[in-house]
Amino acid sequence: MTDTPITRLARATPPNVAARVRGLSDRTIAWLFVAPTIFLLLAINIFPLIWTIRLSFTNFAANKPNAEVKWVGLRNYERILTDDGIWANMQNTAHFLIWTIALQVVIGFALAWLINRKFKGNDLLTTLIVIPMMLSPAVVGNFWTFLYQPQIGLFNYAVEFFTGTPANSFSMLGSVTLAPWAIIIVDTWMWTPFVMLICLAGLRSIPDYIYEAAEIDRASKWRQFWTITVPMVLPFLMLAVLFRGIENFKMFDLVVQLTGGGPGNETLLASIDLKREAFEKWRTGYSSAYAIILFVTVFGLASIYVKALNKVKER
Amino acid sequence: MSAYSITEPSRRAKLVAGVLVCLYAFITLLPLLWIISTGFKSGPDSISYPPKVIFEPSLEGYVNLFTTRTRIAPEALAELPPPETFYDKIVRERDMVIAGPSRFGERFMNSVIIGFGSTFLSIFLGTLAAYAFSRFKVPLKDDLLFFILSTRMMPPIAVAIPIFLMYRELGLSDTHLGMILLYTGVNISLAVWLLKGFIDEIPREYEEAALIDGYTRFQAFRKVVLPQAATGIASTAIFCLIFAWNEYAFAVLLTSGTAQTAPPFIPTIIGVGGQDWPAVAAGATIFLLPVMIFTILLRKHLLRGITFGAVRK
Repeated sequence: MTDTPITRLARATPPNVAARVRGLSDRTIAWLFVAPTIFLLLAINIFPLIWTIRLSFTNFAANKPNAEVKWVGLRNYERILTDDGIWANMQNTAHFLIWTIALQVVIGFALAWLINRKFKGNDLLTTLIVIPMMLSPAVVGNFWTFLYQPQIGLFNYAVEFFTGTPANSFSMLGSVTLAPWAIIIVDTWMWTPFVMLICLAGLRSIPDYIYEAAEIDRASKWRQFWTITVPMVLPFLMLAVLFRGIENFKMFDLVVQLTGGGPGNETLLASIDLKREAFEKWRTGYSSAYAIILFVTVFGLASIYVKALNKVKER
Repeated sequence: MSAYSITEPSRRAKLVAGVLVCLYAFITLLPLLWIISTGFKSGPDSISYPPKVIFEPSLEGYVNLFTTRTRIAPEALAELPPPETFYDKIVRERDMVIAGPSRFGERFMNSVIIGFGSTFLSIFLGTLAAYAFSRFKVPLKDDLLFFILSTRMMPPIAVAIPIFLMYRELGLSDTHLGMILLYTGVNISLAVWLLKGFIDEIPREYEEAALIDGYTRFQAFRKVVLPQAATGIASTAIFCLIFAWNEYAFAVLLTSGTAQTAPPFIPTIIGVGGQDWPAVAAGATIFLLPVMIFTILLRKHLLRGITFGAVRK
């Protein structure tokens, strides 16, 4: 044995210590491995949540840390739930949510269905289609404001080219009626690939023999589609809708770059409004209550949805 | 393999599908191609109507991205010695001189430091925790997926409120460490979940054999489990990296100077009279291109992360 400092140290260590280090019990290892993660989750996820709940009952303002903090009970919640502006934002959010999900489901499923025909090069095309969803929504959203420019934008040019509507006669981001659709278009462009990928996984999970059996029974293609393809893909599709629903309910980066909530308050989604209350008006207590209400809403809706999803899966 | 299958789509069906999907791919990639090409346009070319597809390439956008410039009078410009470098020359053509470097390089480096830092930490802690969750009886084990989903339901702005207050107290606002810890905290539950899935697939017999051979648990973990899980670790890492790289909401609220990343910075690039689109496009290209290339190269490994591991393969 060579005489290195380490071996000398090893010889000098009392045998019982060595045994203890060598033979750390499984239980100790388990705790040692999990502890840092648990600590981080407590610090970054749980503790802030508890703090938010506590703040939501006060009139605390983060820009006045020295002001007296008063306990206001449920008044913040009361004010939010009776505020007409917030109900308007909820409607904007619902409009955004319903249309993005509807478009993404239809286009995403159709694409997956086409790609599943396994034509040559489908692999490469799938990858190319997926690219938009991997990119930074803020950076891409910012660039879309350029594409939407009335005078010079590519989008308006394309509309003029195909429909003849003069490119400078409308502004996607400036018009009260068009802006909600402008954000739906960009979100659909960005996230349809996500729905497509999950649908594709669903389609590929259907074994060929089911179709073969249907073919032998002389079931029409149309009937096969509705009695085999759709029911078997449905659980996957519902999962995609769940993820998209949660993500779009808290949508912030893309839309804040596109419209910032405007024109007027037409595209003011819940998250953008929350940011204004919390970091521009500095109503920290009030916005904490707002945050909790949003969280409870998503949580409640998602729980009901997951129950429905499990029922579909059981069938 | 059968020569003929009744479920195989006909050649015509394949052709129609191929053409339609190609068309969609073209439309969906057009905005990205437009970003890349705008980066190489000169200012006037970028805002011409109808939009120019063919143009004389220029590095003006890239030069503007990396520099700050000041306008000077043409007489003063004429008195200066001839431009020494290509970028001096480009700037002089617009009656300006370079005043110094812009902040883009710094912001980009911040993105790199915070992205890789948080990815490393998430993977390091996540692998340890995932191993414990996979092999031992640990409380909370069954609640893990539920926990990930519920933390993802909180809007980022809602999390940012208490984090903002906490970081102010701890002196972590606008620091690299603060952002690394935050992104790790956001990523880690998903990382543990994905990694647990990968480690679950490694047969326990491998480690048991190693334990019988006299390895300690720790050695068995390091020498048997880690190499087997390498692919899973790599694909989880890519996913964590892309999240941290793209993140905007926390970055814009919690950083303003020293630790600001590129996503909040790029939209603030201003030229004379509004946004300097070639420079914005150049910044976006530099920032987005690595992710595009990653996506193409590593497509097989990304799906699990995208779908929270809910869809295997």
